[in-house]
Amino acid sequence: MTVTDDLVSYEDALASYDPVMGLEVHVELGTATKMFCGCATTLGAEPNSQTCPTCLGLPGALPVVNAVGVESAIRIGLALNCEIAPWCRFARKNYFYPDMPKNFQTSQYDEPIAFNGYLDVQLEDGTVFRVEIERAHMEEDTGKSTHIGGAAGRIHGASHSLLDYNRAGIPLIEIVTKPITGAGERAPEVAKAYVAELRELIKALGVSEARMEMGQMRCDVNVSLRPHGREAFGTRSETKNVNSLRSVERAVRFEIQRHAAVLDGGGTIVQETRHFHEDNGSTTSGRVKEEAEDYRYFPEPDLVPVAPPREWVEQLRAELPELPRARRNRLREEWGISEHEMQSALNAGAIELITATIAAGADQAAARKWWMGELARRANEAGTELAALPVTPGQVARIAALVAEGSLNDKLARQVIEGVLAGEGGPDEVVEARGLKIVKDEGALGAAVDEAIAANPGVADKIRGGKVAAAGALVGAVMKATRGQADAARARELILERLGVQG
Amino acid sequence: MPGITREEVAHLARLARLELTDEELDHFAGQLDDIIGAVARVSDVADQDVPPTSHPLPLTNVMRPDEVRPSLTPQQALSGAPAAAQQRFKVPQILGEEA
Repeated sequence: MTVTDDLVSYEDALASYDPVMGLEVHVELGTATKMFCGCATTLGAEPNSQTCPTCLGLPGALPVVNAVGVESAIRIGLALNCEIAPWCRFARKNYFYPDMPKNFQTSQYDEPIAFNGYLDVQLEDGTVFRVEIERAHMEEDTGKSTHIGGAAGRIHGASHSLLDYNRAGIPLIEIVTKPITGAGERAPEVAKAYVAELRELIKALGVSEARMEMGQMRCDVNVSLRPHGREAFGTRSETKNVNSLRSVERAVRFEIQRHAAVLDGGGTIVQETRHFHEDNGSTTSGRVKEEAEDYRYFPEPDLVPVAPPREWVEQLRAELPELPRARRNRLREEWGISEHEMQSALNAGAIELITATIAAGADQAAARKWWMGELARRANEAGTELAALPVTPGQVARIAALVAEGSLNDKLARQVIEGVLAGEGGPDEVVEARGLKIVKDEGALGAAVDEAIAANPGVADKIRGGKVAAAGALVGAVMKATRGQADAARARELILERLGVQG
Repeated sequence: MPGITREEVAHLARLARLELTDEELDHFAGQLDDIIGAVARVSDVADQDVPPTSHPLPLTNVMRPDEVRPSLTPQQALSGAPAAAQQRFKVPQILGEEA
């Protein structure tokens, strides 16, 4: 572990240097079975209960590729405007590490199934930035290691490690950009917007839930700097496993500042992998790539080449769903909101949740209000993504319906949300258990109104004298007396009625 | 010309996590060089009109449907493991690299 690196300010770094980025994103496909064997991919299964001779690398076992894995790779490639290889092979990437029991990962080397594409991403202010795609290729995930004996489960100081191979062999698609140049000071924003757009695309294709917090989508961030005006790229660092949108942005920003400090001081950047730290947004040195990755790739002899027939590719192209950017533009018009509001919803990962809530019966304004307001706030507090909150679009739609029919006001609705998030049950159960219904009983409400008038004779006089606005104070008293459960509008009506004033 | 140097053999040994003594390196480097030389004679026969062959059979697109098949039980999976703990494969200390 290195000590804290020197940084120069972001502005100074950008004044001297032009950042170049490369982003590698791994997407875990949501197939029922692994890439090369029929083992299930169910999350949370007990250790080593989803393995077989093939994914354990036992002698004589032969892999056969998952047709849906190939189809998903082609669909991702098509959605990224890539060319699809008419013929390509798998390759063995040889390395010694116990996370792969075979001592190699089945991947693709110089013949990726998809290549030469692009993805247009929209920045906060509506600017569209084109990110060029180098390739998308098929491979498999590794097993999960648990390090025993070291501090906090870290590998350093561990006496041994334990391996669960349930994840070994789960299909991965690795999507690699070409060097991203010309983003300038907006590089961190471009990186984040790209990963966000890619995540939306993957979800729209239905090939993965792409939940970054669950490791279903993982990003490696390459950054280098070159002095303004120089054509050649500088030496890059590769920050591994940057696993949230916010972290992608922070990692790029940090590396720009760190590289600039090293270069300003007359130093050279070491080509190395670095680790990102969520807690403070910094990166630290991992392993130096002294042996320039010698994976001794060679064609996988146990898997025959993949040669997707043109008709199949064209059929998959024709069947692609409406892609996220087009869909967002359509929804933005339907919902009647600004580009900026739409961008916020996208960044919050809220678009699907809002559409699902609308589909469950809420009106669009209410659906947006709850997801982008109270729920976004709570997700932020909990440091999690919206989709990971333990509340469903159906439940949000139910809360919106209770508000719409007047059974809840906003304040009570927030308490219902709190209850649902705390695992107290669905909205109706929480309303019942916490006794949160608006007081509709005219008798009880009338009594509270009478008390409020009696307790505030001065205010009552003002209202009688025509100062209708003063009724707010009495409504407040009624709300307080009923612990927020009164229908405020009805209370106001009753107050004015009692005092003989027209609203 | 094909062939393999002593340095390349030492590099490969390191990648394969094989500890070779200097005598072994001398010995194997010579042997491997002979073997590579022998295999290289294929190039004399196969001219440029013969592409390198990775798969001898003209098969493509052998795929299986995405249908779950029974896995081994954890006990079966671990039965060949030299060491196991907590229903997981137990491996010695991993040095030098971080996952």
